[in-house]
Amino acid sequence: MKPFEQLVTDHGTTVLRICRVLLGPGADAEDAWSETFLAALKAYPELPADANHEAWLVTIARRKAIDIIRIRTRTPVPAADLPELPSAHGNPGQDDGGLWRAVGALPVRQREAIAYHYLAGFPYKEAAELTESTPAAVRRAAADGIAKLRLIYPRRPGSPATEGVVK
Amino acid sequence: MTALDPAALLSPLAAPDPELLRRLHLRLETAAGDAGALDLAYTTIGTPVGRLLLAATDRGLVRVAFAGEDHDAVLAALAATISPRILRAPSRLAEAVRQLEEYFAGSRRRFELPLDRRLSKGFRLSVLEHLPDIAYGRTESYGQVAAAVGSPKAVRAVGTACATNPLPVVVPCHRVLRSDGSFGGYLGGPEAKAYLLGLEAAA
Repeated sequence: MKPFEQLVTDHGTTVLRICRVLLGPGADAEDAWSETFLAALKAYPELPADANHEAWLVTIARRKAIDIIRIRTRTPVPAADLPELPSAHGNPGQDDGGLWRAVGALPVRQREAIAYHYLAGFPYKEAAELTESTPAAVRRAAADGIAKLRLIYPRRPGSPATEGVVK
Repeated sequence: MTALDPAALLSPLAAPDPELLRRLHLRLETAAGDAGALDLAYTTIGTPVGRLLLAATDRGLVRVAFAGEDHDAVLAALAATISPRILRAPSRLAEAVRQLEEYFAGSRRRFELPLDRRLSKGFRLSVLEHLPDIAYGRTESYGQVAAAVGSPKAVRAVGTACATNPLPVVVPCHRVLRSDGSFGGYLGGPEAKAYLLGLEAAA
């Protein structure tokens, strides 16, 4: 069995990407990452020797993130705190704030599909198993999510800004 | 107009700041310790005899390893024999690091650290427990050590015990020489043994 430190080194970044896409790049994602690795460390000696460490960790991370989303949605959010519409101007690729807000406005299933397939690199089939979905549904959710984000960043960085249409 | 491919579109989301990962690691070290889930903490330090790996359980320092032993292999062995719940957690080794730095600076002659001896058993353990009785700057022969632990004929076994010392430097197997005064083997290599004996002779 590998020393647990090796798992943190190998998969810490992927787990953090997933937590941030599901929860936004703030304290909630940091809490989810910390809770994921602490729970994994506790359970690690009982993990079967042939287990896929990355799949195991991102499954725990998803459970922690969903717990946090449930707590959030039970708390009424004042209208003033609704996400702002991202600007179509600015500097694509560097305007993280706008992109993060846009990701945060996507339905959870689309955020999951983007996180697992595009950021963690799981094929649709594996992403579906890890998120209790089907490959077709994950593919569709990822495509829908990307299409919405493209409305905000329609062009390659460096091309002239256009009037973005965001509905 | 060319639409961004998904990888380019998502690239600002993909690379978390390394500083954030360091902070999260530190938080994990603390939380794991508080939860009693950290069975082995380790760190590495640079010394005149090369980089040393230090590993500790909640009972004390359990392993010191020279670079030549391959630190990754040593950690893998600890995962198999003690527990895989291992994290790099330098704060847990701060006192050991401080005393080793003092030793290499020539200002410490005796280590005062809790030791976890679980990696040594039987005759080897009695040999290793005798070694701190050899004073700083002094040496004994393998035969003298064998006599001191009550098995004067077990000279070879003393050699084996020293060669498999899990806590070199701290448990001074470098103070044991062949009866003709030559060095005998050493886990850290003959240069490291010569360095330690020279350091102690000079202080």
